[in-house]
Amino acid sequence: MNTKNKTKQTNISQFFKSPSRGDSPFKRLIIHLILIVACVIAIYPVLRIISVSLRPGDRLLSTSLAIIPKDASLYSYYRIIFEKPFLLWLWNSLAITITTAFIGLILASTSAYAFSRWNFPGRKPGLFFLLTTQMIPAAMLVVPIYILAVKFQLINSYRGLALAYSVSSVPFSIWILKGYYDTIPRELEEAAKIDGASEMAAFFRIILPLSTPALAIVFLFNFMMAWNDWLMARIMLQRENMFTWPLGIWTFSGQFRVEWGSFAAASILVAVPVMVLFLYSSKWLISGLTLGSVKG
Amino acid sequence: MGFLTAEVVINTLRELGSMVLYIILGTIILEILVYVVLGKIFKSKYTLPYMLMIAAIFGITILIIYPISYEVRLAFTNMSLRHFRSYTLSWTQGLKNFGLVFSEPVLKQVKFFPLLFRTLLWTAINVVFHVSGGFGLAILLNRQMRGRGLYRTLLVFPWAIPQIIAVLAWKGEFHYEYGFINVILTNVGMQPIQWMASPFWNFVAACITNIWLGIPFMMIIILGGLQSIPLEFYDAAEIDGASRWQQFRNITLPLLKPVLTPAVVLGIIWTFNNFNVPYMINANELETTDILVTALFRAAFEYHRYGFSAAFAMVIFIILFVIASIYIRITQGLKGVYE
Repeated sequence: MNTKNKTKQTNISQFFKSPSRGDSPFKRLIIHLILIVACVIAIYPVLRIISVSLRPGDRLLSTSLAIIPKDASLYSYYRIIFEKPFLLWLWNSLAITITTAFIGLILASTSAYAFSRWNFPGRKPGLFFLLTTQMIPAAMLVVPIYILAVKFQLINSYRGLALAYSVSSVPFSIWILKGYYDTIPRELEEAAKIDGASEMAAFFRIILPLSTPALAIVFLFNFMMAWNDWLMARIMLQRENMFTWPLGIWTFSGQFRVEWGSFAAASILVAVPVMVLFLYSSKWLISGLTLGSVKG
Repeated sequence: MGFLTAEVVINTLRELGSMVLYIILGTIILEILVYVVLGKIFKSKYTLPYMLMIAAIFGITILIIYPISYEVRLAFTNMSLRHFRSYTLSWTQGLKNFGLVFSEPVLKQVKFFPLLFRTLLWTAINVVFHVSGGFGLAILLNRQMRGRGLYRTLLVFPWAIPQIIAVLAWKGEFHYEYGFINVILTNVGMQPIQWMASPFWNFVAACITNIWLGIPFMMIIILGGLQSIPLEFYDAAEIDGASRWQQFRNITLPLLKPVLTPAVVLGIIWTFNNFNVPYMINANELETTDILVTALFRAAFEYHRYGFSAAFAMVIFIILFVIASIYIRITQGLKGVYE
C-alpha cells in the first residue's frame, strides 16, 4: 500500500516535472499542429495506395485527391486473387523466407555460443570478418552469386534463392545472438555442470531456453529481410510463376504495362499483415538492433 | 501464368525439404569429422566450440568467401554476355578493367568520380535530414500529452510498410499528371514539376522518398535515448539557471551520444548502400540519380559486363572498408566485443 502510494506520488510529481511543465497552451497547440502535419505526411502516401486500390477499373488514373473514391469497387482485389498469380507469389515468398530464417537461426545459435564462451584460436579474426560482411552491400555480391548460380543451375529454383538469402542472414544472426549470450552469466552453466550436466546439455537446456527473446528477434529480422527483398530475387528468378511477391508487384508497376490497380491491391494485402506485425513487435526489434552493441 | 495449386505446394515442399535434409546430413558428417580429427587425433581442448561452429563455418565459406574470391577472380577476366563461357583470365585484363572503372563511363554517360561525388552527396543529404527530422519529432514527442501513442504509431508508418511497396508507390506519385504532389501544385496554381524528365528533380524525388522512409527509424532511436535521460538533470540545471539551449547542449546531446553514434553510422551505411530507392525512382536513361551500387547493378545486369562490374565492385568495397575502419577507429566499436 505504502509503495503503491509512493509510486503514485512520484508519477504525479514526474508529471509536473516532465519537460512539458510550463508549456503554455499556445505552445502546446503549436506542438500538436506540427505533429499532426507530420503524421499526415507520414500516412498520406500509404492512404493513397488504399485509394488507388479501390478505384473502379476505368478510372485508375485520376487527379482526384479523395481517399475513398466515388463508386469505390473491390474489383482490383478480385482481379489479383483470381486472375493473377498473386497467391502463388505469396506462397513462394513464404516458403523461401521461412526456410532462410530457420537455416539462419540453426546455424547461428550454436556458433554464436562458441564465440561467446570460448577463446579459441581464430576468434578475433572471425568476429572482425563477421562485422565486415555486414558492410558489404547486397548489390556487390549479386554479380558472383548470379554467375555461380548459372553455373550450378540454381537459377529459377527455390533452393538457390533460399541459399542466397542465408548469405547475409547467418553472420548477422551470429552477431546479434553472441551479444545476447554475453549478457547471460556463466555461473548458470557452471552450476549446471556441478549438478552433473554435460556442456551440451547446459547449452540446450539452460542457455537456449533463456535466449528465446533473442532467438525470436533474430528469426523475425531474417524473415523481414528475405520477405521484403527485391534485388536478389530479381537476379535469381526469371520465370513468372517462380516470382516472390516483391518481384510480382514490381512487374505491375513496370515501364511497359502499368497496372496501378493490381499494384495497389496487392500492396495492401501484403502490407497490412506486415505492418501489424511490425508495429506490434517494433519495441523488440529496436531492442534487438542494440543487443549486439550493449557491451561495445 | 501459374496459380497456387496443390501440386505447386507439394513441389515447393519437396524441393526445400530435400535441401534442409541435405543440410542436416552434411552437418552430421561434418560433426563426426571434427570430433574424430580434432577430438580423437589432435586431442584439442577446443573440440567442442569448433563442433558448434563447423556448420556455420562451412556455410559461410561456401556462401560468402567463395563468391567473394570468385568475384576477385572475375575482376581479372573479360567475362560478358558474349564471352560467358570463353572468357580470358589475365593480369593485363584485370589492370584494364580497373583502368576502365576510373577512365571510361561506368554506364553510358556517367563516369566514376561524378558518381562517387553524387553518392557522397546523396548520403550526406539523407542522413542530415533523417537525423534532424528524427530529432525534431523525438523532442516534440518526449513529453506528457494527449495522443502521444497515436502520434508515435502513425509516424512509424513509413518504416513499417515494406520498403519496395513504399518506393514503387512514391514512383507512381511522381507521375507528371496524376501524382498527388503535382496535383496539389496545380490546384494551388503553381507549375507542376517534371519529376521523371529533369535530372535535378529526379534526384530530388529520390531524396524525398528516402527521407520520408528514413526519419521514423531515427525518431524512434532518439526518442528511446531521450527517455533514458533522468529528469533530475534538467531540474538541477534549471536551478543553476541554465537556459533551454544550454540544457540541450550540455545535457541532452552528450547523454544521447552513445545512442546517436551507432544510429548515425548505421544510417550512413544503409544510405550509401541503398539500392531500392535510387534504382526504382530512377529515370534510367538520365543516369543522374544512379549512385554507386545501382550503377554497379546496371553495369552487370543491363550492360552485362561481368568482368568490369567485378572490378567496379572491388573499388566500391575498398571505399566502404575505409569508411568502416574510420568508424571503428572513432567508436572503438570492437573493444568491448573481444572480451
